[in-house]
Amino acid sequence: MITTDICIIGAGPVGLFAVFEAGLLKMRCHLIDALPQVGGQLSEIYPQKPIYDIPGYPEIKAQELVDNLMEQIEPFHPTFTLGERVEALERQDDGSFVITTNDSTSVHCQVVVIAGGLGCFEPRKPEIQNLEQFEGKGVAYMVKNPEQLRDRRVVLAGGGDSALDWTIFLANIAKEVTLVHRSDSFRGAPDSAEKVFELAKEGRVNLVLQSTITSITGSGHLQEVTITAKDKTVTTLAADNLIPLFGLTPKLGPIADWGLRIDKAAISVDTTDYSTNVERIYAIGDINTYPGKLKLILSGFHEAALMCQSAFKYVYPNQKLSFKYTTVNGIPTF
Amino acid sequence: MIQFTLEDRNGERQPVEIPEGINLSLMEVLKASDYNVLATCGGMALCATCHVQVLEGLDALPPARDAELDMLDTLPDAEFDSRLSCQIRVDEALEGGIFKIKGPEQ
Repeated sequence: MITTDICIIGAGPVGLFAVFEAGLLKMRCHLIDALPQVGGQLSEIYPQKPIYDIPGYPEIKAQELVDNLMEQIEPFHPTFTLGERVEALERQDDGSFVITTNDSTSVHCQVVVIAGGLGCFEPRKPEIQNLEQFEGKGVAYMVKNPEQLRDRRVVLAGGGDSALDWTIFLANIAKEVTLVHRSDSFRGAPDSAEKVFELAKEGRVNLVLQSTITSITGSGHLQEVTITAKDKTVTTLAADNLIPLFGLTPKLGPIADWGLRIDKAAISVDTTDYSTNVERIYAIGDINTYPGKLKLILSGFHEAALMCQSAFKYVYPNQKLSFKYTTVNGIPTF
Repeated sequence: MIQFTLEDRNGERQPVEIPEGINLSLMEVLKASDYNVLATCGGMALCATCHVQVLEGLDALPPARDAELDMLDTLPDAEFDSRLSCQIRVDEALEGGIFKIKGPEQ
């Protein structure tokens, strides 16, 4: 088991800067992120985007900021668990926590800091009535085991690479494959798009273009999918499986079940120290909310500093915290 | 002045007037007008959270480029008249248009 003082969930810019602020107070950090690399949105969504509101930088590219933050926290030797999602949080008798990820990594810590930005990424679900009722009963958002689709009537929805790739793959396995797409062309890999059109021409795949799925029905298990075309014509298809493939969208994920006060998909915090309603759990950055909240990296940095001042009492219960400027102390490492 | 109409998530419509020659995207106008839109990526067609449906005036708009269409393809609720507001420049092509806000709230 990994043992640390503070476990930070989220390795975006605010989570990274929290390591620096914690380090100044001699608190060690371990960071967990569902993404395979540090940097959060900045590295994942817009690494080349210039940012203009970081003090001291008239302009800095998102990835450059992440790289600089990594350099800034290097003296404090943070440890990382990347590419794993936090699943469970268990309170210990002494008030500390054990956090467990989906890959069974366990972290024992005195304080938990949620710096999850937009949250975990979960499948985008189409707005179809009863959709969730059929999850696991014919509706899935990814193909885990293609063999389970052998000789089945499968309907895929979407126009990206996943939809194209699985259409091609399942054409050799499923009894019937239908791909429903809102447009009449695909912008996935040209080779894949061409292959799908060829399969359609050969009659091995049904292509239903300029159409969307509008309803599903079944008794205990999915049986029919109703499709509405651009010209409003409605078709009903017999189907055993529906796999909407529309990528991922951020959600709070398991954090939503930890007893934290949630307001509009964000965690409510006390602005004196960014603590949540659960003792020893803090939330900083875009994932928190309070009156006047500004979703800026800048604000997250401020929140990280105040959080650390407050978290100190749990890590060093017998020590008095005395605030010192870095200009006075420099960067005292471990 | 360029005049068009914005429809919020509750179906309420509001006329909008923007001076000509202002180099803004429709997403920036939505933000500046206090409409609740996420626009996570800040206008780079990378997050699809500034999704709008063009109820009137779609044909007058320049066609969507690949980056915009790529993102629209990830939206399960994209319609045939969907666009990303960050990719629509505010110019005379918007005159008389009606845009319904569809992206998630901030």
